[in-house]
Amino acid sequence: MKRGDNDAKEFGIRLLVPTGGVASALFISALFLILLDANPVAAYGAMLRGAVGSTFGLTQTLVKATPLLLVGLGICIAFRARCINIGGRGQMIAGALLATSFALRFGAWPRPVLIATLIIMGFVGGAVWGFLPGFLKARFAVNEILTTIMMNSIALQLMNFLLQGPLMDPAGIEAGTFLAQSARLPEAARLARLVPRTLLHSGIFVSLAMAVVVYVFLWRTTLGYRVRATGLNPHASRYSGINVSIHQALSLTLAGGLAGMAGAIEVMGVHYRLVEEFTSGYGFTGIVAALLGWLHPLGLIPASLFFGGLLIGADTMQRAVQVPSALVNAILGLVVLFVSSSAVWTQQWIRRIRARGEVSS
Amino acid sequence: MAYTPPIAARIDHMEMVDIVKQFPGVRANDHVCLDVHAGEVHAILGENGAGKSTLMRQLYGMYQPDEGEIRINGEPIAFRKPLDAIRAGIGMIHQHFMLVPTMTVAQNVALGQPSTRGVRLDLDVVSERIVRLSEEYGLAVEPDAAIWQLSVGEQQRVEILKALDLGASLIILDEPTAVLTPQEVSDLFATLKRMVAEGHSLLFISHKLHEVLEVSDRVTVLRDGVTVGTRPTNDTSRDELVKMMVGRDLKRHEHRAVGCGDDGLTISALHVDGDRGEEIVRGVDLTVRCGEILGIAGVSGNGQRELAEALAGMRPITAGTVVIHGNDLTHVGLNERVKAGLSFIPEERMRDGAIGEFTVQENVFLRDHESPEFRRGPFLRFGDMARHASRLVEEYAVKTPTLDTPLKNLSGGNIQKLILARELSRRPTVLIAAQPTRGVDIGATEYIHKTLLEQRDDGTAILLISEDLDEILSLADRVAVIYNGRIVGTVDRAVAEPHSIGLLMAGIYE
Repeated sequence: MKRGDNDAKEFGIRLLVPTGGVASALFISALFLILLDANPVAAYGAMLRGAVGSTFGLTQTLVKATPLLLVGLGICIAFRARCINIGGRGQMIAGALLATSFALRFGAWPRPVLIATLIIMGFVGGAVWGFLPGFLKARFAVNEILTTIMMNSIALQLMNFLLQGPLMDPAGIEAGTFLAQSARLPEAARLARLVPRTLLHSGIFVSLAMAVVVYVFLWRTTLGYRVRATGLNPHASRYSGINVSIHQALSLTLAGGLAGMAGAIEVMGVHYRLVEEFTSGYGFTGIVAALLGWLHPLGLIPASLFFGGLLIGADTMQRAVQVPSALVNAILGLVVLFVSSSAVWTQQWIRRIRARGEVSS
Repeated sequence: MAYTPPIAARIDHMEMVDIVKQFPGVRANDHVCLDVHAGEVHAILGENGAGKSTLMRQLYGMYQPDEGEIRINGEPIAFRKPLDAIRAGIGMIHQHFMLVPTMTVAQNVALGQPSTRGVRLDLDVVSERIVRLSEEYGLAVEPDAAIWQLSVGEQQRVEILKALDLGASLIILDEPTAVLTPQEVSDLFATLKRMVAEGHSLLFISHKLHEVLEVSDRVTVLRDGVTVGTRPTNDTSRDELVKMMVGRDLKRHEHRAVGCGDDGLTISALHVDGDRGEEIVRGVDLTVRCGEILGIAGVSGNGQRELAEALAGMRPITAGTVVIHGNDLTHVGLNERVKAGLSFIPEERMRDGAIGEFTVQENVFLRDHESPEFRRGPFLRFGDMARHASRLVEEYAVKTPTLDTPLKNLSGGNIQKLILARELSRRPTVLIAAQPTRGVDIGATEYIHKTLLEQRDDGTAILLISEDLDEILSLADRVAVIYNGRIVGTVDRAVAEPHSIGLLMAGIYE
């Protein structure tokens, strides 16, 4: 059958178009580098070395990929139910806040119990943050893009308030530094480091496990089946007795939960305390990683590794060729722009192939 | 894009010679030949998938042929885009109208043409042209009416006016009667005759044989991308054309005398509101007995869609009752209705009946994925699902490469067979079938009709809602006609005849 040919062709397009998008973004960035008198070959060489050229670079790439994967998984579930979750950042904060407060209070619990509880707390915190927009969408048809963005601001202000008030590190107050950060987490609440003198922590296993869990959820459970049905065709879903609003709200809740988990793990594995700006763009980069990963839980694994590497490599490049840090952000922005617009292109291309594959009367 | 106003030298003769169009895996047109003269209606007949639309899209510049040639007045010509075809004097009336609903008739006609006044609008000039053309061709349309206010038949007239105003002398009509009432069809045919008398050439695509026989001068039959033959309409017959189309003889339905069973579905004084909050079903009383097909005939837009949705539990019932086998289901949701034995084939197959991106197998379980047969705790039981799906696919002769093929890659007929299989696999006692064969090829239509009759003989109460009067007359044991939200007459099939039902459908009753 020719169907196989088409499948192979589709797979090729799915692989080729985003890669081409990344390449074009890097090409345009090279023009900027030349304008700034930097050698693009040297710059990209430094980027590659930084991301994968050393043990430390590699571990850093993995450290960055860990939260990206979790946030991206949530985005993926939401997208599958035709919901767009821009609230990754707020949900990470909500999860981290709940996990941190819990850890600081119940630090005496046995380590495995505490760590499991904290990860669940992260999920719960984020899930609450995702549920609210989900509920508003289901009940009052409020656009989830707007509410999730607004929930980001609320979470951010809440964290700022708590870090400068009730959650502020007592040691900082004593020393008179008044840094906006929480006290250090008790030993029992910290995730194990996997490689000495690096930040690589065991949270990556949680991320990877969740990718499999989300895959099973979406394709092997009745609930996941309904979530996908809801997203693909709400009319037919309704006709089949599926409550579309509830499943959309559920998808946003789960998306929030996964982002909240990322927040908790980031605090427990990297910082050992809640610090301002610990989310460092994961909430948004996670969306792009999800798109690059074809909105598929398993496709997300390489996609988040790629973006993790890009974030790390950009740092190295900045130091190596002495370009302003603004340029690094611009390069990341271009990659994001090209990849997300290429996703649309991929869809159109595939649609055209499929259309050509069908006989019309 | 710049458009040079109606230059269109009259097309006296158009030929498509040995057209080949290859799509991956399918040769949609394989050395197809077709020609049409000025003053002639040439009908193109074929089942879905025969290659009719592909051929027409090449003539209209939407696709380019891989081989072969299009000649106009003897000169070879290549259309790279529809604009080229329009410039050459070709117009196309699509099955789905290409009109802006919020704009007026004149505004729609003016779209895509330069104003005679440069940058200023010339709607009054366009309106005058519309009035002149509508008188000339009997296309009564008010230039200042907004499209959304018009009936489907009127919208189609606007499409024809648009093509004529662009100077088209060869007009392609893609299934133009699919959406029209019998009265509108005869109006359309009158218009087509005037157009032909004026020297236009018409290509008329249809799968309705009697219309082709009535309106055309010649018929070309396509099957599987190949020209089966071209016949002068006077020299052919319904049976010959059917044989050419399907490559075999069609069986006529045998009508058994039906035993009067108990009441299956009883609808009393039903009132339902439409999308804009206006009352659209205004007191419908109907009883469908077990082992009976009750057909609801009527022109689209007279409340049958809303009636069907209300019965399925998708639309609130404002007054009246719905009773299935003695259970009052007026105010319960869809799931409870299904449990009470109701199955439903929705009118909009791809919108409401199935999920195109889901695989064939996933679509089989759209309604039943919760049933304990197919789930173990939170997980789907894939093995059992696959077995059930492959049994249905086999039993209902659904043509699909695999169970994992996305449903949208199947033909309309096979998708409908799958929906039918799914709805009947629950062994319903009451079945509501809305437009079950619309847009479905003849082979699948036959199959679906046969299945519905078998289901009736098994004692199911079937409510068949269809705009295809032939379908109602060939299947239904009793025919009810809906007009303006009310049932204006119910007749037994034995005494039903198209003319009187057509009058009822048009709202002409004592």
